[in-house]
Amino acid sequence: MSQPRIRVLVGKPGLDGHDRGAKVIARALRDAGMEVIYSGLHQTPEQIVEAAIQEDVDVIGLSILSGAQMTIFPRVKALLKEQNSEDILLIGGGTIPDEDIEVLIQSGDAEALFTPGTPTGDIVAWIKERLGVDSPPYEHA
Amino acid sequence: MTLSVNQWLGKLLLHDRRAVARLISWVEDNQEQSEIMRTVRAQSGQSLVIGITGPPGVGKSSLVEALTRVYRQSEERVGIVAVDPSSPYSGGAILGDRIRMQAHGTDRDVFIRSMGTRGHLGGVARSTADVLRILEAGGYPRLLLETVGVGQSEIEIMRLADTVVVVLNPGTGDGIQAIKAGIMEVADIFVINKADMPGAERMKNDIEMMLDMNGHGGRAWRPPVILTSVLEGKGLHELIDEIARQQAFLSESGTLIIRRQEQLQREVWQHLEDRLKEAFDSLWPALPTEWLTEGHKDPYQLVDKVWQKMSGHKREGGNT
Repeated sequence: MSQPRIRVLVGKPGLDGHDRGAKVIARALRDAGMEVIYSGLHQTPEQIVEAAIQEDVDVIGLSILSGAQMTIFPRVKALLKEQNSEDILLIGGGTIPDEDIEVLIQSGDAEALFTPGTPTGDIVAWIKERLGVDSPPYEHA
Repeated sequence: MTLSVNQWLGKLLLHDRRAVARLISWVEDNQEQSEIMRTVRAQSGQSLVIGITGPPGVGKSSLVEALTRVYRQSEERVGIVAVDPSSPYSGGAILGDRIRMQAHGTDRDVFIRSMGTRGHLGGVARSTADVLRILEAGGYPRLLLETVGVGQSEIEIMRLADTVVVVLNPGTGDGIQAIKAGIMEVADIFVINKADMPGAERMKNDIEMMLDMNGHGGRAWRPPVILTSVLEGKGLHELIDEIARQQAFLSESGTLIIRRQEQLQREVWQHLEDRLKEAFDSLWPALPTEWLTEGHKDPYQLVDKVWQKMSGHKREGGNT
């Protein structure tokens, strides 16, 4: 009997095409034993939420470098509510100003936001602690 | 949402998408697997599975996306399982097949599920067969399975798919590649994708020649070789027609019954193998040190001893 494996959707909403950061995070989460579903570029909030539901992820991580955070986070959160899927954690990262972070966390539209320079290990640790599960060490078949 | 397995199963049969997703996770994580599958199998098994396999980068995901588009035109509800490799070190995975399937991202009549292989070899994951049946029971009867990018010998798709589509690209090998054993033998349909590139006709000829040479392994079905270009939208309807023709052949010729028997045999063996491995892994650390010392000199004798311990029988007793 194995432990549930952590599944994360890394999403790139909106118009910006810079996905180096999203790829670095995806890779770090993979190396921490998580299954990472990468959405690809230019996703709508609707596409992201639908993918999260189908993939039964524990966490959605949005990468935003376009300045659209104040529109996208509330929209994704609202869609999750609409779909009865608020149990999926919504986090994000990118170039997000401190004052916006405060507002988004306060309103509950994001659970955590990580800005440039955050060690990837901090994000891994946050997810594992928040979910209260650890990805099991790998066993060779 | 904390519902019981039975509540989720009830929702599954009402085609609730979250129930489909959650039950798949449980089966993948080996939780309540047999209870879930008892209900699911009673409500599934009619659908024929189209398996898409081939080397990395030949366009499997794009082909799945394109086939889905055609099936959606005739209002079919499509369930897709896309498998990508898990890391042998961390067990994590990057599952990127959805990227090519964005056109169906918000279509409620298409359900796409990505899976990591989680240490299983052969191009699929251990629970992929179960996941396909959950999709079927959940209201997605047109089933498409995309394997990981495979090399030459990952042929477990045979165990899961009723129609094996092997996808290749022009310019990736000569006539010798075509006559090698392994994946080339298990195809029901060959697709040469990216046929807009040079060398497609030549490759088709190589494969056709291979099929003529070996009398297609004594099988009554001769695999067609189809040129497609997802980029230019070519060959897709021909592929759909050939899939339909092959599936009709399966039913009419009685081959489907034989295949399903073979699939069951392999499936039971796979689960038995898991149990054997579990038993072996717990036995191994408890073996006497002398056995191991001796074992370095005579591993086959050690095998006999371990087998005797595990089965309670001597090998000569005919119990295998």
